[in-house]
Amino acid sequence: MLSALEIEKITHEIQHVPVKKAACIEALKIVQAQRRWVSDESIQDIAAILDMSTAEVDSVATFYNLIFRSPVGRHVILLCDSISCYVMGYTELRNKLMELLQIKYGQTTADARFTLLPNACLGTCDHAPALMIDDDLYRDLQVADLEGILAKYE
Amino acid sequence: MERPLTQHIPASGAALHIREYEAVGGYSALRKVLEQFTPAEVTAHVKDANLKGRGGAGFSTGMKWSFVPMNVPGPKYLVANADEMEPGTFKDRWLLEGNPHQLLEGMIIAAYAIQATQAFVFLRWAYKQAAREMTRAIADAYAAGYLGKNILGKDYSLDIQLHTGVGRYMCGEETALLNSLEGKRAIPRAKPPFPQVSGLFGKPTIVNNVETLCYIPHIMNKGGDWFKSLSYTADGGTKIYGVSGKVNKPGAWELPMGVTMRELLEEHAGGMKNGFRFRGALPGGASTDFLTTAHLDVKMDFNGVAAAGSRLGTGTMVVLDDRTCPVGFVHNLEHFFAQESCGFCTPCREGLPWTEKILYAMEQGKGTEEDLQLLDMHTKLLGPGNTFCALAPGAMEPLQSALKYFREDFEQHIKEKKCPYAHHSH
Ligand SMILES: Cc1cc2nc3c(=O)[nH]c(=O)nc-3n(C[C@H](O)[C@H](O)[C@H](O)COP(=O)(O)O)c2cc1C
Ligand code: SF4
Ligand code: FES
Repeated sequence: MLSALEIEKITHEIQHVPVKKAACIEALKIVQAQRRWVSDESIQDIAAILDMSTAEVDSVATFYNLIFRSPVGRHVILLCDSISCYVMGYTELRNKLMELLQIKYGQTTADARFTLLPNACLGTCDHAPALMIDDDLYRDLQVADLEGILAKYE
Repeated sequence: MERPLTQHIPASGAALHIREYEAVGGYSALRKVLEQFTPAEVTAHVKDANLKGRGGAGFSTGMKWSFVPMNVPGPKYLVANADEMEPGTFKDRWLLEGNPHQLLEGMIIAAYAIQATQAFVFLRWAYKQAAREMTRAIADAYAAGYLGKNILGKDYSLDIQLHTGVGRYMCGEETALLNSLEGKRAIPRAKPPFPQVSGLFGKPTIVNNVETLCYIPHIMNKGGDWFKSLSYTADGGTKIYGVSGKVNKPGAWELPMGVTMRELLEEHAGGMKNGFRFRGALPGGASTDFLTTAHLDVKMDFNGVAAAGSRLGTGTMVVLDDRTCPVGFVHNLEHFFAQESCGFCTPCREGLPWTEKILYAMEQGKGTEEDLQLLDMHTKLLGPGNTFCALAPGAMEPLQSALKYFREDFEQHIKEKKCPYAHHSH
């Protein structure tokens, strides 16, 4: 069940678009902002509000990289795996992160603290390699920086 | 040397506040336009300045605006394309974070030229600081009377809304962007009709790149001849260039259109890092053909780079050094394009993962002679005209040029059954 707050926010979005459906991505963002991921049940609820089929909402939800259709940890790590970061040492960073966290891409640590995801260019290629944890951007990274950065996130 | 776009961006990187922007002449172009020019005159000025779009394709901005039918009923829209997800490209971020009002002023003038009533900034999700600055700038612009009903007391009204995306390279393609703004999957639309005639919700829509729109206030203030005079070549203005890779000072700089690759690399980027040699570069982001040492004196404008067999693209160069494997480099690029293919048309959906797999096998020492032929074949089958949008042909540009300039590296992988570079990876 969507919360009253979620419903209110989605209703607000609907008022800003010519057709209800056009609020689909916003609705997914609203739900994810509250729950950190979008469950099957949430997809059904959004579909009902927007007069869409669940398959239609799901097809939008699964298209976008940053709508999560399965649970994620308390913090999401997005590691840039694109070209400038690759040239500047992405591979070593990836290997060290996987070793420190003991997980692979797409997985969440056993304590639900971190989810690790690869991400396309973060648009900070002059400070490569780079990664983001939640809203925080880290640039000009070295392998030795990683432990200290992870320690900031409970 | 004039740097209209970036001269007022504080060195700290903090955004220029509305009062600071006004103090250096900000919003005076908007005032002038609303007082002195008809919408058609604004478009004529921009056309006269020979401003070419900075989003990659380089189409004349004034020409694009002139395709909007002006006497149709109903709303029209303007969208600032701030998706910037092409690997190697980071120029718009500088403008968004450093001078958000410059973009807003450009957008308001552009919207006035086409008489749009609603505009959007389509901003990629990862640009958190830009989102904060744009949110504040939009609120400040409303409070100052530059947005909303009857702007500056005149008979023109406009709303601007910030839309943050949820991550997909395709959102940058202008028709896919419109689908995404309509809440749908970001797949491209058939053209014609072009968005200028039938765009967002079927209404006339202009999509312009952030850098393109930021030039507008300056062109309206100082005129087309001034704009053209900023350039070394026939393409008007300055350009934000960037360099990333193993250079001493990676970064971005606003410079006269037409500087050479050599000047960018040696003077601005400070040359190659100690122990690394320059082998080549993608001159304009991930979807452009390599240029090599033979091209260092190429002038970085639309025609100059095209004549050398590549594209100016976004003007942000990714450098390949002699210790990075060209096959690994191209594999990384094709991995990106395969991931980001929207899957709508078969050659791209099937061809890109195939290409990626071949390159991966080659890096693992499992490549064959036949693979080289397959790669050559893909560069043709996924080339221009065979796919629904420009993503797949763009993906083939670095590959086809790597096969041309670095063929011996591909052959060495096959012959030695391993990657000859020490830190081979991915
Ligand atoms: C796959 C793909 C991604 C694109 N991404 C962007 C982008 O992030 N930003 C941008 O301005 N243009 C991007 N473009 C180009 C746009 O389709 C469009 O040409 C541009 O926004 C027009 O603005 P301009 O005329 O000011 O250059 C992309 C094109 C393709 C094919
Ligand atoms: S070329 Fe690729 S990205 Fe473009 S429409 Fe076809 S599948 Fe989609
Ligand atoms: S390639 Fe990593 S930030 Fe651009």
